[in-house]
Amino acid sequence: MSTELSAAPMPDTVEAIGTQYLTFMLAGEQYGLNILQVQEIRGWEHVTRIPNAPEYVKGVINLRGTIVPVLDLRSRFKLHAEPYTKETVVIVVRAAGKVAERSLGLVVDAVSDVLVAQDNDVISTPDFGANVPTENIVGLVNQDGNMVMLLDVASLHEHRGDDTGAEAG
Amino acid sequence: MTFDMAQFHQVFFEESFEGLDIMETGLLNMDPGAVDAEEINAIFRAAHSIKGGSGTFGFMNVSEFTHVMETLLDEMRDGRRQATEHGINVLLQSVDVLRDMLIAARDGGTPDEDRVRAQRAELDHVLADRDGDAPGATAAAPVEVAGSTSAGDVSPIAWKIVFRPHQHLMRTGNDPLRIIRELASLGELTAECDADGLPEFEEYEPEDSYLSWNLRLHDAIDKALIDDVFEWVEDDCDFAIVPVMPEGYDPAAQTAGSDVTDSVPSTPAATAPGLSLVPAPADRRESAERRQPDERRKVAPGGAGASSSIRVDIQKIDTLINMVGELVITQSMLGMLGEEFDMSRVDRLREGLVQLERHTRELQESVMRIRMVPISFSFSRFPRLVHDLSQKLGKKIELKMSGENTEVDKTVIEKIGDPLVHLVRNSLDHGIEKPEERVAAGKPETGTVYLGASHRGGNIVIEIRDDGRGLPRDKILAKAVERGLVKPEEHPSDKEIYDLIFQPGFSTAEQVSDVSGRGVGMDVVRRNINELGGAIEIESTPGRGSAIIVRLPLTLAILDGQTIRIGDETYIVPLVSIIESIQIDKSMLNKVAGRGETFRLRDEYLPIVRMHEVFGIEGHDARDLTDGILVVVEGEGRKCGLFVDDLLGQQQVVIKSLEANYRKVEGISGATILGDGSVALIIDIPGLMRLAKQQGGRAMHAMASVG
Repeated sequence: MSTELSAAPMPDTVEAIGTQYLTFMLAGEQYGLNILQVQEIRGWEHVTRIPNAPEYVKGVINLRGTIVPVLDLRSRFKLHAEPYTKETVVIVVRAAGKVAERSLGLVVDAVSDVLVAQDNDVISTPDFGANVPTENIVGLVNQDGNMVMLLDVASLHEHRGDDTGAEAG
Repeated sequence: MTFDMAQFHQVFFEESFEGLDIMETGLLNMDPGAVDAEEINAIFRAAHSIKGGSGTFGFMNVSEFTHVMETLLDEMRDGRRQATEHGINVLLQSVDVLRDMLIAARDGGTPDEDRVRAQRAELDHVLADRDGDAPGATAAAPVEVAGSTSAGDVSPIAWKIVFRPHQHLMRTGNDPLRIIRELASLGELTAECDADGLPEFEEYEPEDSYLSWNLRLHDAIDKALIDDVFEWVEDDCDFAIVPVMPEGYDPAAQTAGSDVTDSVPSTPAATAPGLSLVPAPADRRESAERRQPDERRKVAPGGAGASSSIRVDIQKIDTLINMVGELVITQSMLGMLGEEFDMSRVDRLREGLVQLERHTRELQESVMRIRMVPISFSFSRFPRLVHDLSQKLGKKIELKMSGENTEVDKTVIEKIGDPLVHLVRNSLDHGIEKPEERVAAGKPETGTVYLGASHRGGNIVIEIRDDGRGLPRDKILAKAVERGLVKPEEHPSDKEIYDLIFQPGFSTAEQVSDVSGRGVGMDVVRRNINELGGAIEIESTPGRGSAIIVRLPLTLAILDGQTIRIGDETYIVPLVSIIESIQIDKSMLNKVAGRGETFRLRDEYLPIVRMHEVFGIEGHDARDLTDGILVVVEGEGRKCGLFVDDLLGQQQVVIKSLEANYRKVEGISGATILGDGSVALIIDIPGLMRLAKQQGGRAMHAMASVG
C-alpha cells in the first residue's frame, strides 16, 4: 500500500516506483525508516527524564502538546555512547502500537538521505549472531555499495517495555 | 427551492431532551398538594415547546401525546386539579414514554406502540378522574395556589412587569394594548410608557411596535396568571415579571429585582435556541442550582445515539473569546513594533513576547477546559432513580449529593454512568433497610444515601455512602466458603471479605429482585472502573452503613499543582495531597529501630521519602535533611514527608497522558507542559509511597551514610 503513495512524488521514471526510506547514521552505519512513518525531524533538545526508566529511554519531550518519549538508538542497540553534537537529531516516528498509533522520538547521529527501494531490492536480514539485535531490522538494502538496515518502528515500540519487565502497576 | 427541515432536527431533539429533563426534575421536586406555581409553569413550558416542535417537524404521535400531558399539567397549573402523588407519577412515566418516542423519532425507529397506548390511557384516566379536582371553581383557585406557594415564603405584594414587544409583534397578530388590557383585568395597573425606541418620522413603520412599558400590578395575584397573559407572545417580546416584596424582606429578592433591568436587554430571542423562554429572574434564582446543570445537559442521554457534541458553559466560551481578543491585541502590538524596530525598543519586544507567551498559554488551558464537564451530568439522573426505586421497594430514602460541580473529563462521565447506577441501586436495595426495620434498630425511618464527588490525591473520588445495615460480613464469608472461594480454615480480613463481592456471580441476596441480587454486576462494575484506570474500595460497619469509594484518574483533568525541584529536575505534586511544607530541624528526626527514617510532626511520626533516591535523580544538592524542604503529603490515608530540594511555585496544570505514547510509570500519574514548553512529570503520591516501600532496602542503605 505504501508503494502507490510514495510513487506519487516521482512519477517521471519507472524505476522510481518503490518504497521511500529516510536513511540516517548511527555509529557509522546506515539505517532506514519507512518515510511514511516519519512524522518530523527535530534537533536534539532538553528532555525530561523519566524516573526509573530503562537506560535507553532518554525522557519525554513536548511535541506540540503531546508527550512523546525519546529513545537513544545507540543505547537501544547497545552501541557505545557518544556525546550529542549539533548534528544529533531526533526523528519522530509514528507506528501502530498495541492499542492506538503511538509516537516515538529516536535519537540518531545524523540524517543522511531519502532512499527509494523496490520491494524486491530488500534482502531479508541474515543472522548476525547474538550481539546484533536483529529483531528490529526488517531487511537490508544495498545503496551504492553501502548496506542500509531497514528498521521496523513498531517493534521498537513493542520491545521497549520488555527490557524492564512487564508494565508497571 | 427545497427547504431541508432535517438540518433542524438535531436542534429540536436536543431541546426536547432538555425539556424532558426539566420536566423530570420539576416533577420530582413537586410536592403533592403544595404545588409551586413556578415549578409547574416550567414543566408546562417544556411540554409546550416539545409539543410545538414535534408538530412542526411532523412527529404527530409525539405532539398528540404531549398534548394530553399538557392538558393535565394545565389543569394542575390553573388549580382546577390538585397535583396528586398518583398524577405526578403518571406524568413521570409519561415523560419516560415521551423520551422513548423521541428517541425512536430521532433514530428513525418506531416506538413501542402498546406502551404508548397504555400510557395514553393512563393519562386519560387521570384526566377523567374528577376526584382530583381542586375543591371550588376556577375562580377560587388562584387564591389557593398563591396560598400554597407562600407556605414558608413571603408572598409578593405587587408585581413589576417590564414589557418590550419586538418590532414585529403586531405582524404576528398580537397587540400590546390587548395584553395591557388583560393585565389590567387582573388587578389595579399603572403603566409607564417608554418611547425611547421611536425612530425618526421618516423611518417610522406604522406596522411595527417601538414602544415598551414598565407596568406595575398593585395586587398580590398569582404569577401564573400573569404568565398566561404573555403566553402567546413570549417569543415576540422581552418581558420580565418581578415580585415586589413587602419591606424588610430577604435582600436576595431585592437583588433579583435589580437584576431585571439588566436581564431584559439580554433576553432577545436571538440569544440562543432553547434559552429563549423568558427567564423571569425570581424563578431563575429559585432554581438556579438545579437548573444550571440541566440546561447544559448532554444532548442525548445515553444510548447508541450519544452524540459527540458537547455543551459548554457560556462563561468558558466568553473567557476564550476574551483571550483571543487579548492575543490579537498582542499580535498587532508586536507587528507594529516589528515594522520599525531598533535596539532601543528591545525591552518592549521582550515585554510583548512575555505577554504573547502568557496569552497563548492561557488560551491553551482554556481550550482544554472545554472538555471538562461537571459530574452533575452523571449525577442528575439519581434523584429520579432513587425516587422510583424507593417507591418500588417500599423504603423511605433520601438522596444527598455533594460536589456535583467537580469537573471530570467528558469521556470519564460517559463511562462512569452505568457503574454508578449499579452501585446506587445496590445501596438502595441491599443497604437501606425497610422503615420498620430501621425504627427497630433505633435509626431514623428515612434512610440516607449520599453521593459525593471530589478531587482528591490527583484522582476523582466518587463516594456512595448509605446508613443502612452494612455488608453482611459473615454471610459473605459463609457463601465464599460454600463456593470454595475461601478455605474454611482461612481467616481473611474484613477488607478481603468485602472484596469477595466483586467475584463474578457472587450474591448473598436471599431473594432475587428485579432491582438487584442476581449476582451479576459488581464484577462488571469493577471491570468498568478498572478499564478507566480507576479503583474501587468498600468500607462497611455492620448496622451502621457502608460506603463504596470509586477512584478515577483525571485523564485530561486540570490540577492545581505545586512545582518542586529535585536536583535539576522539576516535578509537580498535586496541591490537594499536600498538607504542609516544612523546613526540618534536627530535633524532629528519628530513626525507627535504627532503620526507617522518620520525623515528628506534632504527635505523629511520619516516614521520610528521599525523592532523589526513589527517582534516581543525580545532582541533588540537599544531601542533609536540614538543607532541603520536607513536603508533607497524604495519599490513601497515609502520610509521609517528601524530601525535596526546593519549592518553586504553584500553578494549574493540564494533565497529559504519559501512557498514550509511553507506558505507566510507577509513582507518576501523568505529565504536564510548563510555561517554558518543557515537560514536567506529575507525582502520584500513593504510587510513590508504594515505590518507596519497594525500594526501602536501597533507601535505607543510602540513609546509613548520612549522619
